[in-house]
Amino acid sequence: MTSSLSHITGPILRDNPVTVQILGICSALAVTTSMTTAATMCVALTGVLVAASGVISLIRRHIPGQIRLILQITIIAALVIVADLLLQAYAFAISERLSIFVSLIVTNCIVLGRAEAFAMSHPPFPSMLDALGNGLGYSAVLLIVAFARELFGQGTLFGATVFQTVTDGGWYEPWSFMLLAPSAFVLLGLLVWAIRAWQTAQAEPDPTPVRAEGETP
Amino acid sequence: MTELFLRAVFADNLILSFFLGVCTFLAVSKRVETAVGLGLAITAILTVTVPVNQLIFTHLLKPGAWDWLGADIDLTFLRLIAFIGVIAAMVQVLEMTLDRFVPRLYAALGIYLPLITVNCAILGGSLFMAERSYDFTESIVFGFGSGVGWALAIIALAAIRERLAYADVPAGLRGLGITFIVTGLMSMGFTAFGSIAGQ
Repeated sequence: MTSSLSHITGPILRDNPVTVQILGICSALAVTTSMTTAATMCVALTGVLVAASGVISLIRRHIPGQIRLILQITIIAALVIVADLLLQAYAFAISERLSIFVSLIVTNCIVLGRAEAFAMSHPPFPSMLDALGNGLGYSAVLLIVAFARELFGQGTLFGATVFQTVTDGGWYEPWSFMLLAPSAFVLLGLLVWAIRAWQTAQAEPDPTPVRAEGETP
Repeated sequence: MTELFLRAVFADNLILSFFLGVCTFLAVSKRVETAVGLGLAITAILTVTVPVNQLIFTHLLKPGAWDWLGADIDLTFLRLIAFIGVIAAMVQVLEMTLDRFVPRLYAALGIYLPLITVNCAILGGSLFMAERSYDFTESIVFGFGSGVGWALAIIALAAIRERLAYADVPAGLRGLGITFIVTGLMSMGFTAFGSIAGQ
């Protein structure tokens, strides 16, 4: 039981797909201007990830090694289409705001990465737990970044006013930089720094190369 | 056309304003040489796949594409699988061409070449084309421009990271953290380029 649990808890902090394995960053940054879009994206990605890992793990013994990538991508693409159509049917406004980023779950390295690294060699149940853990790890990062961007950029959370903005007769001057692309990169950088300051084992070694004699920089 | 090109390179840069292809961007930007090679490969693939996907999308998938048969068929939902198929095939072709004619570049790119298939920048380029309904010429310009913009960004980042190796970065921020912050600063610079494209 503890090992099943560690499949879920491990990827959330110790082995987080975004901050440690550097996977799936593209979408993590793009949809974080508001909590609503970020949360929708988290649900969509986690759903696709769990389903894809489950399906791929079920048929893992029947997949020929040579064409496994194409098969995996086709399965993932089919699941993403389902997720995309579901969103369009039940949450049209949000799916408009997410534009192409739901479709881009296909090329999200987390999904293919977990399929290749875990689901191909494990039974369905642990694979789905591992997928769920990675989905939650990804969601945690997304929600933290989105929290900061929406709160400071618009003074709201999930669209509900938290800081009354100046235009609404309140006191808060929205920090519009937070809604622009650069802020996402900087915030994620700071988040990685915070995690590594706490979990010092994750810090990278000093990269200064040892230079050969006579070589100039 | 020039405006579309400049927008694709600078203001609407795939990495710096839409975060597409960031994974590869961070992983392969340690040396300028590899960054140049990958940038070229991405530009080539984007220039080919976006127009090809445009043709497939307009003539096979779009609602009304099958009107000449008298059938009312809407295959838009298949675009994801169709695009990915085209991209995977094109990457395979590029791989074989490079292997045959430029083996040195082929060897230098190594594993990153097949990985272009799952690079979000490529799929994103095609999806943006469908979303913004570009025509055939526009999609060539857009594909090429996006590729150039992507290459520009990764080469710049690789150059900065080569210098950064000599900087005294705090332990936790080393590597990934500082790269994100540098990318953020570059992204700010590219946003400022927006005015060139007449925004």
